Amino acid sequence: MKFKKILPQFLTLLFIVLIFGFFTMNAQENMDTRGIQFGFGFLKQEASFDIQFSLIDYDGSRSYARAYLVGLLNTLLVSVIGIILSTILGVIIGVARLSPNYLINKTASFYVEFFRNVPLLLQIFFWYFAALRALPMPEDAPLIFGSSYMTIKGLYTIAPVWNNFDVFFGALIIAMIIIFFFNKFAKRKQEEEGKQYPKFLISLGIFIIIPALTFIVGGVDLSWSFPELKQLAKTSFTFEGGLGIPPELIALTLALTLYTATFIAENVRAGIQGIGKGQKEAAASIGLTPSQVLKLVVMPQALRIIIPPTTNQYLNLTKNSSLAAAIAYPDLVLVFAGTAMMQTGRAIEIVGITMATYLTISLSISAFMNWYNKRIAIQEK
Amino acid sequence: MNNVNFLKPNKENLNLYLVLGALFFTLGIVDFCLNNFYKTNITGFLPGFISFFTPLIFGLIGLHLIRIEFSGIKLLDELNKNINTNNFNAALSVSIIILIIFGVAPLLNWFILDATFVGDSKEACTGGGACWVYIKTWFNRFMYGMYPNAEQWRVNATFIIVLGLMAAGYFFPLRYKKYLTFYYVIFLPIISFLLIYYLISGGEFGLEWVETGAWGGLSLTFIVSFFSLIFCFPIGMMLALGRRSDLAVVKYSSLSFIEFWRGVPLITVLFMSAVMFPMFLPDGTYVDKLIRVIVAITLFEAAYTAEVIRGGLQALPRGQYDAAKSLGMGYWRLHLLVILPQALKLVIPGIANTFLALVKDTPLIFVVGLLELVGMLNLAKTNPKWLGFSMEGYVFAGIIFWIICYSMSKYSQKLELKFKTDR
Repeated sequence: MKFKKILPQFLTLLFIVLIFGFFTMNAQENMDTRGIQFGFGFLKQEASFDIQFSLIDYDGSRSYARAYLVGLLNTLLVSVIGIILSTILGVIIGVARLSPNYLINKTASFYVEFFRNVPLLLQIFFWYFAALRALPMPEDAPLIFGSSYMTIKGLYTIAPVWNNFDVFFGALIIAMIIIFFFNKFAKRKQEEEGKQYPKFLISLGIFIIIPALTFIVGGVDLSWSFPELKQLAKTSFTFEGGLGIPPELIALTLALTLYTATFIAENVRAGIQGIGKGQKEAAASIGLTPSQVLKLVVMPQALRIIIPPTTNQYLNLTKNSSLAAAIAYPDLVLVFAGTAMMQTGRAIEIVGITMATYLTISLSISAFMNWYNKRIAIQEK
Repeated sequence: MNNVNFLKPNKENLNLYLVLGALFFTLGIVDFCLNNFYKTNITGFLPGFISFFTPLIFGLIGLHLIRIEFSGIKLLDELNKNINTNNFNAALSVSIIILIIFGVAPLLNWFILDATFVGDSKEACTGGGACWVYIKTWFNRFMYGMYPNAEQWRVNATFIIVLGLMAAGYFFPLRYKKYLTFYYVIFLPIISFLLIYYLISGGEFGLEWVETGAWGGLSLTFIVSFFSLIFCFPIGMMLALGRRSDLAVVKYSSLSFIEFWRGVPLITVLFMSAVMFPMFLPDGTYVDKLIRVIVAITLFEAAYTAEVIRGGLQALPRGQYDAAKSLGMGYWRLHLLVILPQALKLVIPGIANTFLALVKDTPLIFVVGLLELVGMLNLAKTNPKWLGFSMEGYVFAGIIFWIICYSMSKYSQKLELKFKTDR
């Protein structure tokens, strides 16, 4: 009996050790013959390549480690924007698919069926190489909403120019802390004395008033910078000032959002449909209004069904953002596993670091979600 | 004519309301069409802001007028129930109708009316619409990549034979049905591999050798998806069983394997197979690009399949295990005869989703320099004779992928219904 348990384990272990041993031995030999030393010292060397789009200061004289950071931040940027937009769109489409209105229902399912069945890479290529390339040149671009220009070189729009932004930011954080404690206080009051405060209105008020005060007392100042057309050469124009969003980022965000939203929409639909009719009827029969039924009975239960698969979609979106490499948006894969590897030739270290980074992001988000799921799970007896 | 109240349409003056409603609704649509496609604004005398919304307002009034409960006309009642329950719903319906007209008309123009179908060079495309001549000229390349034109019958023959073999399983006589799994899991992959090795790759029996670098287009998409699909399923099943095993070493090695592959993007896995993997092999050995790619995709998707199957295993009640054990079944018999058949039935939608994801991931193999359909499009797009037709190419590929994926998902829904058993 015991032998039966030990033998398979031993064989598995032997198999793993053999494979790893074989690979490391070969890698060692290969690196010896090519005269490469395994190590991460190269990260401190000068990168000497430029990156088109960066959230932090960067130029060719910075180190590879800095280039890695630029790539990572760009990946996170597109992921965060994609997650926010796809959640909004996904919820709208998911609710629309449940609409009793035939037209809305069918339009939403057409959208879902269409976008989820076309490869994401193809969608990215479509937006980048076909749709966005049809936009006008900077000098011909019309003004949209009195502030922005959609051109073949990207979207140019207004940018906020802050004075003493840190004071304003601090005020925002303080406001959030106050709202947190106020909500705790209001909940206790309601449980103990049955007294209800207009929680949402007061929270909103705090959220607006405290940061607004900093404009008066904190020396915070906000102005807007508009993009202006500037002539570089006889036929070459560009925009100066304002906020320039490169077409790579727009195409990638569009494709990721439209693609992921279809999956989120399906999750939302399944979640809301998963709530039994009896729950809604019971809630209505104790006198809750339709909006209260939605807020207090349906949503809290539906969220339990919606959140786990939706987190998976967020993870997928983050991993899919690596397709950026195909349209030269400087994300982690393009900057680090692409350019940096070509220059240094350190395949094992660089692919290892890149994979480890994605693995860390994935594992930490799923660890957080497991914790969250446990917290909101129904405590069954 | 008794009291006509336009705010509350009722059954008594049914015909009047219907005529007026239809009139207003048509007026709204006509106004919109004239505005959009003929640049004439029939409501131009109104202030700009109101004139912009007139189609919506007219449509709304029209729908309001025909909202009559229990009118006795079946069609009208259906219409009211489905798109016209209240003002808000009516507004949404009108907006969607307008949006559809707004979107479909130019699309139709581009796709068919203004498009060019005949000709054999770029010069034939003079219309404002799509240039399908481009697709026609490049069709062979999009289907077969750089595979020599004269040899393409070999690819076709292989696909026809493999498809025939796949369909043959369907017509198995009843007494051989128990060998069906063996047929699909072992016999079919081996035969297909031999076919691809000897027929598509060639080099023997007087057939010209075609290196894998020249394979491409849609046929490559099929080859990669086919093998990855076939192999990722058994591996995923083993991993799922391993993850639920009592044996610590087996359990944790499966767990870390699954979590590793699920945590990294496919593109980095392909990078690894392209640049890192050769470093791990003894000097001088060379594994073909295509095989490396298939192995990478297989392992990657196997991890996802494993998680899906694990979900099915977990959903089975403990009683199934206990009952099978009490009959004296060992581990393998218990799983193969009792647990897996039930668990797999439960996870058909999940497995179908994984397979769909696999098919949609195949374009990524451009990373290692293999050009399937999407890769070929990008290559054709840069051809100096055919610049500026990327839109047609992507739309064409999108339609093909959509047909493949949509039919797969419909088929999986059918399977799900077929195997659904009540508990």
